Amino acid sequence: MISIGLDIGSVAAKGVLLQEGQQHLMMIPTGWSPRDAGEQLIDCLLQSAGYSDHAVHNITVTGYGRVAINNAARTVTEIKCHARGVAALYPQVRTIIDIGGQDSKVIQIDSQGRVVDFVMNDKCAAGTGRFLQVMANALGLDVSELSDGENPEQAVDINSMCTVFAESEIIGLLAQGVDKGGIIAGLHRSVGKKVAAMAKRLGIVGEVAFTGGVAMNQGIKRALEQELGCTVLVPEMCQYTGALGAALIGSES
Amino acid sequence: MSNQPTVEDFLKIREVSLMRIKDAKEAGGQKVVGIYCTFCPQELVLAAGAIPVGLCGTKEEPIAKAEEHLPRNLCPLIKSSYGFAVSDTCPFFHFSDVVIGETTCDGKKKMFELLQEIKPVYVMQLPHLNKTQASMNLWIDELRNLRSFLEEHLEAEITDDAIWEAIDIVNRETAAAKAICDLNQMDPPPLSGLDLLTVTWSRGFSSNKEEVINMLNELHSKYATENQDASPSKPRVLLTGCPVGLGTEKVIRIVSEVGGNVVAMENCSGYKTLELQTSKEFDDPIVALAHKYISIPCSCMSPNPYRMELLERMIADFKVDAVIDLTWQACHTYNVEAYEVSKLVKSKGLPHLHLESDYSNSDLESIKVRIEALLEMVNQ
Repeated sequence: MISIGLDIGSVAAKGVLLQEGQQHLMMIPTGWSPRDAGEQLIDCLLQSAGYSDHAVHNITVTGYGRVAINNAARTVTEIKCHARGVAALYPQVRTIIDIGGQDSKVIQIDSQGRVVDFVMNDKCAAGTGRFLQVMANALGLDVSELSDGENPEQAVDINSMCTVFAESEIIGLLAQGVDKGGIIAGLHRSVGKKVAAMAKRLGIVGEVAFTGGVAMNQGIKRALEQELGCTVLVPEMCQYTGALGAALIGSES
Repeated sequence: MSNQPTVEDFLKIREVSLMRIKDAKEAGGQKVVGIYCTFCPQELVLAAGAIPVGLCGTKEEPIAKAEEHLPRNLCPLIKSSYGFAVSDTCPFFHFSDVVIGETTCDGKKKMFELLQEIKPVYVMQLPHLNKTQASMNLWIDELRNLRSFLEEHLEAEITDDAIWEAIDIVNRETAAAKAICDLNQMDPPPLSGLDLLTVTWSRGFSSNKEEVINMLNELHSKYATENQDASPSKPRVLLTGCPVGLGTEKVIRIVSEVGGNVVAMENCSGYKTLELQTSKEFDDPIVALAHKYISIPCSCMSPNPYRMELLERMIADFKVDAVIDLTWQACHTYNVEAYEVSKLVKSKGLPHLHLESDYSNSDLESIKVRIEALLEMVNQ
């Protein structure tokens, strides 16, 4: 039996297909239509696993676009899916920090991978992938270039939490001739502080995993470790933990 | 209204009251007093022969108008109340001869100053400490001042006997409302979250206390004797925090959309005041009223241990599976108490969700995912 898990996020749509211990991964931009992205993902995943029969469906969907997928067997929140996915990768982890395109969240789980408590960012882009994307634009960079571009020795304080004001602040710093790498380090610190504060509100228990697209950024990982005073584990498939959790939940149902 | 009232009949209370108030005012003589808060001693209004009515303040629409005068970063309840008043879109405000406010928070206190330009407003200075004689004396004094204010503005005499009579009526109304809410201790609960809100919130707009007491009692006996369907039980949610009314019921709606049930509400129009009866053991009815009203476990009281005691009891009595604590944006006192509430709920081993929101629909999706995750925690 195969189980497909989809995580339709605001920026990227991620899919995991599980088939007798084998795992196929696929990611495409969500674009403007979460439904089309979902359909396309399902097709690609089935193809890569060598299936052409669309009737073989056990599809579990999560992410903000979860309700848009027509042939989903079930929808599950991204909170439960990340918990399940991380529990499979790191059984020892009890705290999950997930930073995605439009939200960030901290999830506490127990030894069974069950959600004990969680907290999500308020309606504001501070501390999300979106924040970093806007800042990267202001610096003339792609968001993927931030990680290698930072210069921690020259780190400046970015005081604005608001994305719009932070962008103005950066333009001002650039005008003053401040080192770009220092600005990037400051941005990473700003996101790290914001998300770490959220995590501390919940309380840091056990080992900590960091997931979501933003987890690929080493600078944010370091900033989080500094703020939390502990090591943060980033799974290789950090963008797929939600989709993996969905596929696992599907295979267990 | 029919002998067997339904929840829909409660929905009609506002409209029916309004027609009656309009007619009674046009016929001459009938005085109406607008009230905003459960701290307002309605008994004094009744004893003056006037009609106490709740004023509008639970809808998003008039907020833009209010923001012409008030800062944006203020609680939506204050902005909505003020917006309704200045735009003359709350008919109950329109027909009110006077309005009673109280110093339950800084935002309201200052908003009432602006409101005085439209109507005579009596702002009760509510002490925030309820354990000392000095604060009790201040509060008793405030009730006496309110009595004089009402006598003067309504051109009526308020006798002790009339107050005692009103105390009896309000005690009976409170008991009847509590009995309705207590029905939901059953599983499955006879009233949906929205039904519960409709009944408890709408009763505040009634122009006739005896009538609304009858409606509550009859609705109670109808539900108490009706055969319950044996539908599988859904996660039972307790809602606490800031006041909720029709127009701002989004959290209650979402809970039911994602498969749960708000079975009880520890908030102003809900259970917060329902255990409180005015004692008839006192010689002076004003002193009796003062003791009851200062016991209300609003987050403006400091300290406020009764709220935690009440929540603890409700969690047990209503067999609650999860607690949602709703704070309207910029309500500092409820927002700070949210920490204590979360500690209490977690100590019971129950899932807990603190939401900070406003009256708009802009965060429906993000509230939905949080509530869904909360119910997943119940079901896992």
